[in-house]
Amino acid sequence: MELTFFIAAAIAILATIMVVTQYNLIHALLYLVVSFLAISVVFFTLGAPFMAALEIIIYAGAIVVLIIFVIMMLNLTTEDIQHEKEWLQPRIWIGPAVLSFILLVELVYIFTIDTPANYRSTPVEAKAVGMSLFGPYVLGVQLSGMLLMAGIVGAYHLGRQKKKVIHRFLERTDA
Amino acid sequence: MTTLPMEYGLLLAGILFVIGLVSLLIRRNIIFMLISVEIMLNAAGLAFIVAGARWAQADGQVMFIFIVTMAAAEVSVGLALILQLYHNLKTLDSDAANLMYG
Amino acid sequence: MENLLWVIPALPFAGALLLILLGGRLPRTVVSLIGVGSVGLSAVLTLLLGFQFLSDAPAGGVYRQEVWQWFNVAGFNPSIAFHLDALSLVFIFVITFVGFLIHLYSTAYMAEDEGFTRFFAYMNLFVGSMLVLVLADNLLLLYLGWEGVGLCSYLLIGFWYKEPQNGYAARKAFIITRVGDTAMAIGLFMLFQYFGTLHIQTISSEATQAWPIGVQPALIIAFLLLGGAVGKSGQLPLQTWLPDAMAGPTPVSALIHAATMVTAGVYLIARMHVLFELAPIAQFTVAVIGAVTLLLAGFSALTQSDLKRVLAYSTISQIGYMFLALGVGAWSAGIFHFMIHAFFKALLFLAAGAIIISLHHEQNMFKMGGLKEKMPAVFWTFLIGAASLAALPLVTAGFYSKDQILWLALAGERGNIWLYLAGLVGAFITAIYTFRMVFITFFGEAKTHLEHPPGKLIVLPLVVLAVLSTVAGFIELPHNFGHVVLFSSFLSPVLPNLPVNESMVPSEWMFQAIAAAFSLAGVFVAYLVYLKRPALHESIRNSGVAMALHRFWYSGWGFDRLYDKLFVQPFVYMATLNKNDFIDSFYHLLTHIARMLNRGMAHTQSGILRWYMMGVVVGALVIITISLLP
Repeated sequence: MELTFFIAAAIAILATIMVVTQYNLIHALLYLVVSFLAISVVFFTLGAPFMAALEIIIYAGAIVVLIIFVIMMLNLTTEDIQHEKEWLQPRIWIGPAVLSFILLVELVYIFTIDTPANYRSTPVEAKAVGMSLFGPYVLGVQLSGMLLMAGIVGAYHLGRQKKKVIHRFLERTDA
Repeated sequence: MTTLPMEYGLLLAGILFVIGLVSLLIRRNIIFMLISVEIMLNAAGLAFIVAGARWAQADGQVMFIFIVTMAAAEVSVGLALILQLYHNLKTLDSDAANLMYG
Repeated sequence: MENLLWVIPALPFAGALLLILLGGRLPRTVVSLIGVGSVGLSAVLTLLLGFQFLSDAPAGGVYRQEVWQWFNVAGFNPSIAFHLDALSLVFIFVITFVGFLIHLYSTAYMAEDEGFTRFFAYMNLFVGSMLVLVLADNLLLLYLGWEGVGLCSYLLIGFWYKEPQNGYAARKAFIITRVGDTAMAIGLFMLFQYFGTLHIQTISSEATQAWPIGVQPALIIAFLLLGGAVGKSGQLPLQTWLPDAMAGPTPVSALIHAATMVTAGVYLIARMHVLFELAPIAQFTVAVIGAVTLLLAGFSALTQSDLKRVLAYSTISQIGYMFLALGVGAWSAGIFHFMIHAFFKALLFLAAGAIIISLHHEQNMFKMGGLKEKMPAVFWTFLIGAASLAALPLVTAGFYSKDQILWLALAGERGNIWLYLAGLVGAFITAIYTFRMVFITFFGEAKTHLEHPPGKLIVLPLVVLAVLSTVAGFIELPHNFGHVVLFSSFLSPVLPNLPVNESMVPSEWMFQAIAAAFSLAGVFVAYLVYLKRPALHESIRNSGVAMALHRFWYSGWGFDRLYDKLFVQPFVYMATLNKNDFIDSFYHLLTHIARMLNRGMAHTQSGILRWYMMGVVVGALVIITISLLP
């Protein structure tokens, strides 16, 4: 089981690095799917099989597919890939990378500051999660429902193709 | 079952989160930025799962479900905004949308 | 009937309000109907009330009417209440009656003016404020009226505001009277501190019991009130505003700056006479101020060439007589002179106005001349007024009032030979400058073309006032000559009679003869110099000393220049020093810093999303680092 965790973790990290270094959006998304699959394996090893399923269904399934749909609507060409290459100069990414690396070091330091005794990662059944969701967290579930509702309505409203409804601040003044 | 130090799980979550963060900072393509945000959210969810397994509590997984819900809503609204941006500015460059600068 | 007391001041106020709100849309006839009618109705009411007051005197000689309580704060509860006694009856009679005549005159005088409505609105407001002043039952209400008339004076002096110097004259009048008003306000504060009320009757009765004669607080308060009176009445040292106040329309000069408002100081002193009796030094100061002012103003009047300025200086001088009378304790003589003066000075001003408007706003006497034949009605009425001002014996009202003052200044128990002599010399000078004015204006050869003769509305008030300037004197005759004391006995419940030095009574006729002789001599000198021998006039004028004196007196004894050097220039100097306002500069610095910060922060609002994210990351890093530090 431990070995499975480490292999899955390595794949997840590698796949994610590939995601952020790709110039082509579709390639990046394919690596993202790999990354999500690897993380769902990690969930398995941590004893959360239901969450692993959710990860595949919602992330790898719904969200990535949604993004692909949008990419298809945008008619991207090789020019855009060229743009990506121009935008990703080392002098642009070196600063943020150093800052983020410092952040990572600090996080690692926090995680390892006190070494706890070995523990067993106990599997938590989906049933318990369900009981908890509709017990103490029922309010949160309702709020999630509202959030999704707002997301649907908002996406519909924003996604509509209206004629000439450019906000006056977005309007080009040189016209 | 397995004896797995919690640090490893958290470490994985942290590395994923930082990779997402770097990507968010260096990318100009707004779809890449959205993908980076998804990676970071996913990493945060992973951290919750690890913690839930550590204490053998369902709360971690409950939080993961909430995060997934939020991510779904965010992606839908975010993609709608991207479409609008692309229609108005004919580009995916986030720096182009700086018309409200001070 | 006495319930209608409040209507008397309310009517002019209502007229003013109506004219201010609707005046722009009304035709001129309606405007003049409202403007004149409101004051006329007040005058009728005053007459009716006066008849009732005389025939059936109320208990204590006072009608008091409380309209409503103004406010009530911590035991201080002044009310809008009117107090009518003999003193205020004399004043409201003069204000409404003379005011009515002047309003009537103004309808003709101002007929061509574009500010016709505005003029009547201000005039009505003035009459209302003045009535409040003299009818007020407490000093706070009196002060309200006091400031109200000051405001109207300011508005009316600057009535033709398109001329910059008119605005300057208005500001000068306002600021200089403000000096006196400030002193008066402090006096009121002190009165309230000592008595806990500003009710005049309460203060008067309590002061006599609480304070012995000559006590310090009474002295201070009396001096402070005197400051207010001096400012309003144009007495030394605050007299400089009055000659410049002639910038206003002539009816304004007649009503405000001759007949009524400027005598508010006289009213204040008479009303608070109890306080002045408790402070003999202050009262003596009143007399000295009056004596000095009447001489200074008289000499200045001798040299003026502007008809209205001569009258202005003569007003200052005549109010000096009233102050002299008040100062020696001859209260009723002072008020009597006020009344007579209101008649003849209003007459003189209105007649002068008739001349000025007929000559196309020409005010220089030396450009007039020979008007006797051209406008006989104005000439004869002006002559009657001038005779009254010069106190020609026996026939004029001015003689009786001025003679009474002179006699009491000498023979009264607080009398003094120097005060008497000042008054006597003043009478001599008064006669000279008055008839100088008459001879230059009406005699000699005509120098200007007469535009149009004055109309009926202008002549009618002149005739009425001319009659009053003559017959009004007969209600108070010396005891060795008819002995009529209607006026002083009428006032005696309010103002005490002055005891006279008995040893001098037998020789009173002699002093009357001297006063008459001085007046006649003055007229004769004026006749000699200005009419009979113009060469004499020229030779006097051309001598060096006379020229220097002329220049000095012409500028009003150099008071304007003195005040300019003493107060105005140092103030202007200090103001230029602090031009940039060093207190403000601190606040400017604050705004400057805020603006700099804003500019700096605005740069961070670049619109580039990645920079905002960098901000978030750096912030998170800093916070985590700080929390990790031991």
